[in-house]
Amino acid sequence: MLLAVLLPFIIAIFIPFLSRWKHHLHTGFFVTAVPVVIFIYFIRFIGPGFEPVGREYSWIPSLDMNILLYLDGLSLLFVLLISGIGSLVAFYSIYYLHKSEQLGHFYVYFLLFMGSMLGVVLSDNVFVLYTFWEFTSLSSFLLIGFWNYREGSRYGALKSMLITVFGGLSLLGGLVFMSVITGTASIQEIMSQQELILNHEYFPLILGLVLLGAFTKSAQFPFHIWLPDAMEAPTPVSAYLHSATMVKAGIFLVARFFPMLSVSEWFFITVSTVGIFTLCWGSYMAVRQTDLKAILAFSTISQLGMIMAMLGFGTELAVFAAAFHILNHATFKGSLFMVAGIVDHETGSRDIRRLGGLMTFLPITATLALVASFSMAGLPLPFLNGFYSKELFFQSVYELDLSVAGITALLQSIFPYLAVFGSIFTFVYSMYFFFGTFRGKGDIEELPKKPHEAPVGMLISPLILVAGVIVIGLIPDLINEPFVEHAASAIGGTEIAKDIYFWHGISPAFIMSITVVVFGTILFLVRPKWAGVYRVIPGLLSLNKFYDWLVDRTERYSTFITNSYMNGSLGRYVRLILAAILLVTFSAMSFTGGFTVDTSNLSTITVHEVLIAIVMVIAAFGTIIAKNRIAAILILGVVGYGLAMLFVVYRAPDLALTQLIVETVTVGLFLLVFYHLPKLQKTDEAPVTKTLNVIISVAFGLMMTMVAISAHSSKLFESMSSYFVDNSYKLGGGDNIVNVILVDFRGLDTLFEIAVLGIAAMAIFALIRLREKKKEE
Amino acid sequence: MEELLEVTKTLINVSAMIAIIGVSFSVMLLLYRAIKGPSSPDRAVALDVIGINIMALAGIIAILLVSTQFNDVILLIGILLFIGTIALAKFLEKGVIIERDMD
Repeated sequence: MLLAVLLPFIIAIFIPFLSRWKHHLHTGFFVTAVPVVIFIYFIRFIGPGFEPVGREYSWIPSLDMNILLYLDGLSLLFVLLISGIGSLVAFYSIYYLHKSEQLGHFYVYFLLFMGSMLGVVLSDNVFVLYTFWEFTSLSSFLLIGFWNYREGSRYGALKSMLITVFGGLSLLGGLVFMSVITGTASIQEIMSQQELILNHEYFPLILGLVLLGAFTKSAQFPFHIWLPDAMEAPTPVSAYLHSATMVKAGIFLVARFFPMLSVSEWFFITVSTVGIFTLCWGSYMAVRQTDLKAILAFSTISQLGMIMAMLGFGTELAVFAAAFHILNHATFKGSLFMVAGIVDHETGSRDIRRLGGLMTFLPITATLALVASFSMAGLPLPFLNGFYSKELFFQSVYELDLSVAGITALLQSIFPYLAVFGSIFTFVYSMYFFFGTFRGKGDIEELPKKPHEAPVGMLISPLILVAGVIVIGLIPDLINEPFVEHAASAIGGTEIAKDIYFWHGISPAFIMSITVVVFGTILFLVRPKWAGVYRVIPGLLSLNKFYDWLVDRTERYSTFITNSYMNGSLGRYVRLILAAILLVTFSAMSFTGGFTVDTSNLSTITVHEVLIAIVMVIAAFGTIIAKNRIAAILILGVVGYGLAMLFVVYRAPDLALTQLIVETVTVGLFLLVFYHLPKLQKTDEAPVTKTLNVIISVAFGLMMTMVAISAHSSKLFESMSSYFVDNSYKLGGGDNIVNVILVDFRGLDTLFEIAVLGIAAMAIFALIRLREKKKEE
Repeated sequence: MEELLEVTKTLINVSAMIAIIGVSFSVMLLLYRAIKGPSSPDRAVALDVIGINIMALAGIIAILLVSTQFNDVILLIGILLFIGTIALAKFLEKGVIIERDMD
């Protein structure tokens, strides 16, 4: 089973080599074989006596991150969708993508996506699940931006990346919470300890984080805005990722944790409300679109909302209907996208206002579109699978348990109306999609290409999918017991078996279906009369505008914040650094009670120390107020000489010698470069800045004095200097303790200080020489 | 004999303190000249004399501390002052300290 997951990744490595022969044999033929093999491997699990299979491969055992694979009914449903539709899409793409495209790139991304999607649905370890989850986001980003020379592709790719990765990170948070609370990373073991999580105080947070991940990935309101922009991708990608597989990853996630999370009332409230609202909003907005793929994108949003709502209802019937509709939606939506691709490919336009009357030119495509869109609309005909799941949806929304009180009851009483409302618009856009493209009178002459029927290879994939629509519609029992029941049982956590009938008698659900058809037909026929309603809702309000505003503002404000302190002025940076040190040191010292004054261990003060100190203080102030640069440097020299005298007083002859030489050399160096420096000028800083400088410098000086006094007052250990005094002659062979320490006890420091001097000398040499050479050139 | 030694010691200490105070006072006066000094040569001369005073100070402190370790310091100050003053003088005279080769 691990090999099945890794197969796409392994083949992806070889694609760049295979794509070199693309002019002889289209790379897609190699790629199509991969999902076919996987499909054949997994199809044998289908059957009435299916039992979940688990496999374990070690990865990072010390962190409890092992590749646990778990194949139950739900995973099987998704695995077959991914590999099955993957095969058809790969085959379709052979005819859709011309050999001059960058086929190598396309199929590497495609296989990466397929492998990671298989990983998402099969993994039982939360961390492995998250890894594959982000892989799907990444490969989806690459696929959307496949035509990266287009502005729209780049925009759509970035948008989907930002939104899905935002959700992915919040999902990671939820998964980490669950794993930490239960002490295991295996999903099955987490679910077996559900009491622990349900009673935990962080449960609302976990629920919120996981649902956020699911909603962003599955394009639920208000995170649906990335999906219509993802339609910039090549059509096979839209058919695969944005109708059948990736957008259902969120559905899969909710379904996976359904037995645990659905116990909570908030799960019902959140998931079903968001789902129903997405259903209505998506179908309402789909009617407004003019691009074929945009209609399908909003339709996908709305259908995903419907599945999400059914999972939210949480009754056995609803769960069964959800599993059934996942399958049905993949069949008819996949074929519709391929139809849109064919229309685009054969006419050169996807704009429904320019299309029309294509039925005689593309008869086979039109037939495929007819069946698929009628199935999407849920027309009560016995050979359309969409009708079955829609009717189950109506039935489940009608049969909601009304015995509860509060907000739940209120929601339950309005859900049936919303469901019918959303389905009416579903009907309208389905009719609009079919009749707008293939019927009516279109300006055939105006189209960029002269329309003609697509090549056979392009028609095979949608044909198989439409055949699936009809077969499931005619004989639902074929897939019910061996397949859908397992999926529903795996979602619900208990055995769920339902019969799928076409005719229930005059049930409330059937009446709802008829209502949808009647109102839908009326609304479709008079569509131009009420199209103005879109100017009121959503009118000027748009989530896309909000997204753009948000991104724009984030960039602008972060630029603003950065520019507000990074103005290139060294003075300002020094002020900030000193103020920060001041603040941190002061608060740390005050909170820990670090300021202490201890006068018990002080030596007496002599007259000459005081006199030297006075001289140094006068000279230091003199340096600050000096107007002339030579005066400033000379007075600074007095400070240095005073320091040397202090060393004399404190009996450090070596330090005094060095200090004197260094001071003199420094003064000499200043004089050397003074010739090239500008005259010392009055700084033209604002009085506020000057005051601030004074405050900061005075405060910093006081602070450091306090720190020094405190350090002296809290000596905790004996100094180790007595060791050097005792051993400098015995071990080092010298009387001069300072020198013995410098070259013997701590010689390494001296070595690197010599290195510093050497580097400085070389740097000065390089600076001067290189500049001169540059001048010569 | 003991008493004489004590008296001598006290005498040396007291005179050394008086000398330190005197020298320090002269350093402060020179510092006034160095800060105030209307022209750069004034300051240069002031710094030179401050250095000589510091030599004296170091000598007196060495006497006070009863140490011969600081004789090097006194000699070094002498040399450095000479070099420093020459450098300053050259800078004030020509604007540069090390001239480039004429050829």
